[in-house]
Amino acid sequence: MESTLRIALIYPDLLGTYGDRGNALVLAHRARARGITAEVVEVDARSSIPESCDIYLLGGGEDAAQVAAAEGLRLAKSSIERSLTAGSAIFAVCAGFQLLGNSYAAADGSELQGISLVDMVTTAGSDRIIGEVVIEPSQASGLPLLTGFENHGGRTLLGPGEAPLGRVIAGRGNGNGVDGVLRDGVIGTYLHGPALARNPALADYLIAYVTKSVLEPLADTLVDQYRKERLAFASLRGAKLKRATRNLHRG
Amino acid sequence: MLAIDPGLLTKLGSQDRVICVSATNGKTTTTRLIADILRAAEIDVVTNHTGANMASGVTGALAAPHAASVAVLEVDERWLTHVVDPLSPELLVFGNLSRDQLDRSGEVHAIVNRWRAITEADPTRHVIANSSDPHVVYAALPARVTWVALGIPWIHDATTCPQCSELLTWSDDGFKCSSCTFCEPQADYRLDGEHFIAGERRIHLDLSIPGAWNLMNAALAATVAEAHFEIPAEDAIKAMNSVEVVSGRFSKHRLDDDREARVILAKNPAGWTEVLNWLKGRDAGVVLAVNAHIADGRDTSWLYDVNFEVLQGLSVVASGERALDVAVRLRYAGVECIVEPDPLKAALAAGGKEVDIIASYTQFTHLTKRFW
Repeated sequence: MESTLRIALIYPDLLGTYGDRGNALVLAHRARARGITAEVVEVDARSSIPESCDIYLLGGGEDAAQVAAAEGLRLAKSSIERSLTAGSAIFAVCAGFQLLGNSYAAADGSELQGISLVDMVTTAGSDRIIGEVVIEPSQASGLPLLTGFENHGGRTLLGPGEAPLGRVIAGRGNGNGVDGVLRDGVIGTYLHGPALARNPALADYLIAYVTKSVLEPLADTLVDQYRKERLAFASLRGAKLKRATRNLHRG
Repeated sequence: MLAIDPGLLTKLGSQDRVICVSATNGKTTTTRLIADILRAAEIDVVTNHTGANMASGVTGALAAPHAASVAVLEVDERWLTHVVDPLSPELLVFGNLSRDQLDRSGEVHAIVNRWRAITEADPTRHVIANSSDPHVVYAALPARVTWVALGIPWIHDATTCPQCSELLTWSDDGFKCSSCTFCEPQADYRLDGEHFIAGERRIHLDLSIPGAWNLMNAALAATVAEAHFEIPAEDAIKAMNSVEVVSGRFSKHRLDDDREARVILAKNPAGWTEVLNWLKGRDAGVVLAVNAHIADGRDTSWLYDVNFEVLQGLSVVASGERALDVAVRLRYAGVECIVEPDPLKAALAAGGKEVDIIASYTQFTHLTKRFW
């Protein structure tokens, strides 16, 4: 990374249906709080995706917008790969997460090509998944419980070489007990919109990865209180959460 | 949802001339303005202007005994098909369409396609539609349309062409598809700042209700008056001037500390954007009261679609059941705030000579009950 952390908001005009811009705000805010200069680069649908950014954000979008975004991303695939090899990271949410895979389902159920950055396929589910979600990330990631909101029709199946972001405690995620994908430099999830506002640890995880540094924790009672409220709310829906909540402050 | 026999609605609708008003934002106010314009022109009116805008509310309005008249009906954008089929209205009024409670309404394109099916089914019906909104234009095009250019404060849901899905391009001349023939139609009437433009006539919109968004509602109502009922826009605007409160919207109340508080409903990113732009020009304390029940939308992600940054420097209180969501959002907008979940306590805690309480739907209905 150069001296400025460059955060690319990819196609906010296509992949920005659910307040996805919030993730860029949170990353910039938390980087600056550590004395890291941060800049948000908005890449609209008519522009090509720059290779020189550190964190690439892909958000959620409606069906037609997702198709338009897929075209641009396929053209940019090799530059995205070069950037990842050089130590950058991608955080992809909902429609953006689906686009990372080999294929995804259009509104009419037909199969459309993704960019095959991650070995996974998304098919259309029989119902739309809407509601609060809680995810328990793998112990190895060092991440605490993740809270969010999901709203999608897709069911995503990871290939044998891929690992999910975590196990679903409340809500449905990929539709098979896990949510998202996690590997070096790539995080995908169905926790949509401003997921990093509810989960600052995930923002710090991305910043630490691209800056290759250990970040000082930020004391933040407001966000702690907010997370506690959201996790308690979701726990009304599943007793399973109770067990996991004990590990809330793990890592 | 109460199941309504479509036969009943057909029977009820056949007594009256029916017009239906729908939009993401402004449908309650526009309906009220049209009803008042018609009454001032001595036309008998039945209307459902209490926000009861699904099939049951419409049936209730028409079932009350009344002399044959004009029924001015606000209809929820998702329910339009269910109301239009049995009532067969002579006029449809289309205001705007943007993202709203995506967890319950589904995405904007699905609603646009349902509206489009209505106009395709009867292309002879008169439609008065906002020519500045690509979604509305696509929905109205098959019909006999009178266009009014109201402007579009929220273009973030109109990046792709509703006809062919390619990118839309925007310029001073409006929108145009980069691939197909879809473009902004020539308007018959238009809104220019605070003026309604009808041919050579430039008429000042002298309103008692606040904000740029109500100028849009008023211009739409004036177009209905002139283009459908042959009531001169000048008379229509005079009739609208006496409207100060619409079903609790914009109502003013005395707080315990004797200051005045005004309650404003904002339901979705487009609505909040308009209200925030109005707030930044004032010097009042601000209470942002947000819930996330089904009627508000259970997902608060939209908070990050809205430019709360414009509130920097104002005295702001985050309130409602989701006060913490609001407070975290304000933090990232660089707006200092205090947190008080009860909106009336929040109003007392806010600074300023007066206080504006901006409320999501269930906060709004709850608040107006507490005040009355």
